Amino acid sequence: MSDAEFALRPVTVPQTVGASRPLLDRLHDWIVTVDHKRLGLMYVGYGVLFLVVAGLEATVMRIQLAIPNNHFVSPQVFNQLFTMHGTTMVFLVGMPILFGFANYLAPLMIGARDMAFPRLNAFSFWMSAFGGLILYFSVIAASGLYGAGNAPDIGWFAYAPLTSSTFSVGHSTDYWIIGLLVSGIGSIGTAANIVTTILCMRCPGMTLGRLPMFVWLNLVVSALILLVISPLTAAQIMLLVDRYLGGHFFDTQAGGSAVIWMHFFWIFGHPEVYVLIIPGFAIASEVIPVFSRKPIFGYSIMVAATLAIGFLSLGVWAHHMFTVGMTSYANAFFTASTMAIGVPTGIKIFNWLGTMWGGKISFAVPMRFCVAFLFQFLIAGLTGIMLSASPFDWQLGNSYFVVAHFHYVLIGGLIFTIFAGFYYWYPKVTGRMWNDVLGRAHFWLFLIGFHLTFDFMHIPGVLGMPRRIYTYDAGRGWELWNLIVSIGVVFQVVGIACWVTNFLWSYFKGPAAGNDPWDAWTLEWSTTSPPREYAFATIPVVASRRPLWDVKHPEDPDWKYE
Amino acid sequence: MATMPEWRGPVGMWCLIAAESAMFIIFVVAYLYYAGKSLSGPTPNDVLRVPIFGSICLFSSSVTIAFAERAVERGDLARFGRWWFVTLALGALFIAGTVREWARLIYHDSFTISTNLYGTTFYSLVGLHAFHVVVGLTGLSIIMAFGLLGFVRKEHARQVRVFSMYWHFVDAIWAVVLPVVYIIAR
Repeated sequence: MSDAEFALRPVTVPQTVGASRPLLDRLHDWIVTVDHKRLGLMYVGYGVLFLVVAGLEATVMRIQLAIPNNHFVSPQVFNQLFTMHGTTMVFLVGMPILFGFANYLAPLMIGARDMAFPRLNAFSFWMSAFGGLILYFSVIAASGLYGAGNAPDIGWFAYAPLTSSTFSVGHSTDYWIIGLLVSGIGSIGTAANIVTTILCMRCPGMTLGRLPMFVWLNLVVSALILLVISPLTAAQIMLLVDRYLGGHFFDTQAGGSAVIWMHFFWIFGHPEVYVLIIPGFAIASEVIPVFSRKPIFGYSIMVAATLAIGFLSLGVWAHHMFTVGMTSYANAFFTASTMAIGVPTGIKIFNWLGTMWGGKISFAVPMRFCVAFLFQFLIAGLTGIMLSASPFDWQLGNSYFVVAHFHYVLIGGLIFTIFAGFYYWYPKVTGRMWNDVLGRAHFWLFLIGFHLTFDFMHIPGVLGMPRRIYTYDAGRGWELWNLIVSIGVVFQVVGIACWVTNFLWSYFKGPAAGNDPWDAWTLEWSTTSPPREYAFATIPVVASRRPLWDVKHPEDPDWKYE
Repeated sequence: MATMPEWRGPVGMWCLIAAESAMFIIFVVAYLYYAGKSLSGPTPNDVLRVPIFGSICLFSSSVTIAFAERAVERGDLARFGRWWFVTLALGALFIAGTVREWARLIYHDSFTISTNLYGTTFYSLVGLHAFHVVVGLTGLSIIMAFGLLGFVRKEHARQVRVFSMYWHFVDAIWAVVLPVVYIIAR
């Protein structure tokens, strides 16, 4: 076991890459890089850029809906806004940021020098990046019904027959298809890379039973991505055949079916929700133990629950289609399978609570975001179980209740844990500590804004407000709720501004963070901050789930008990 | 002991095969779901002939590429080159059969991808598989060229094996597409 102690000691070799080199040279380094840390940062930077874009799109929509009979934007622009907001948030924000975290952290956590296929890694990143650019190029390039440029306006799930060449004239839908096809190739490349890295590149002693929880969950997510992105790609190829070669896949006049598009889309679309939320779980599973000063509670049950979620998620897709009209057998099956997924998810929540129970909890900013995540994700799960009951869904499907539910999952669950991850690993990545006051301001503003917006968004849904409507008449009882929802956005925007300011300011002016500011246990904290290109001068050897604990506490190492 | 970087190639290829299989499943499901739902002719029985010769070529190419793998593992490079060429030729014969079939359907039977729903599903599924065969043939040709230039040696047996996994996969897909298109859904 003394091997571990030697191997984990950071080596102090001076950085050879100076900051004084010409800008063009340094830019060139980033463009041609195959280093997993740089690609991870580029993934995250790209995701944050689009987070701001898609957030502004949402802000414009909330201005439009704040008061009845508003005409802040035209109906056409409103359709483009909700389409681009949804598509961007899923494909250009969620997945890139999660890939960025996995890319940067997974090799460090398993003691590998890089990903299994560094060049495939770079290729996949640039494919995803160009996919995003193609999607947004439509704004200036796709000639639509009127005017020169036109963003896609078919909704993020692009139901047939709205996407047929009859109803979607011009090229905006084509940009949507091609952009996502291209970024999908990147997603599959990176997912294959992450799976291979985790299976084949672990350092000696890092058995599957000792993987950090973050790595385990990303392994499951990447395997899931391999299985679910391709159905979307297949459906999009069919749509291209319909639009360009006169095919009839989704053409009901020739015997095709619009409902089959829904099936194919949601076979991708529902597991995609788990693709987005499980990496959120992964971050929470690293942050909560460190700030509770306890190892994670129920490690093997946690892994089993994740595998169960991944497996069950492949069999629940048609709960998005209860209102379409299916057989009663289908309704019963998808109701039952959807409710079943609540069981492993509930196990996870109890495991995180069990981790905190009796721990010495420190409410630093990353932990605050995780605690908020626990409460919010619980509520999101409960409204999810409500919606999984098909008769309930017949009443509230396609209403603002559904919009509130999935934003509770994706913002209250995913975005909060992403923020936690940002605050947790920022000192490792930049070598500097962020400002605590701005961090707390960000937390409280975003928390208040989130709850104002998404708690109150459930109510107009129950009162019958459908999603995606451009405007509404006064006197339906929706005005007050919509106004509160829109006011919440102000808090969120200010919160995000605090976050961006904090991270930009701290990058230049923040105090040095040191290698291990949180007294954490996983291998990435044994490297320098920021880690060098070759993070591990010698490949580490580990003997337990918390290798750094073993090094710091040779009198009471974990491997004695595991 | 956990590290096994020498397995990177096969594991990565299995990942690709998993993703590709998911895509083919969707196309096969669409084909089966739409079978007999076309509102106008022609129907499969009017136009289809089972491509027996092409299928025999493609399936036997999985055997010949296995011989080539074994030869390169033993370092018998001349034998490797011969079996590799036979594999390439068998794959090319399969594609030639598809080209003849499509030419007959399009020019003789006036049956195209836009004729009816059946045409859309037939050309999409068979075409997607043919596209994968063409990708495989491209890879086979590149490795053939490397072999002729003397760049393929005994120590590259692992890379050759990773590529042939893809070729076996393409053949396995045909073992699904052939019965679905030409036998079951007629």
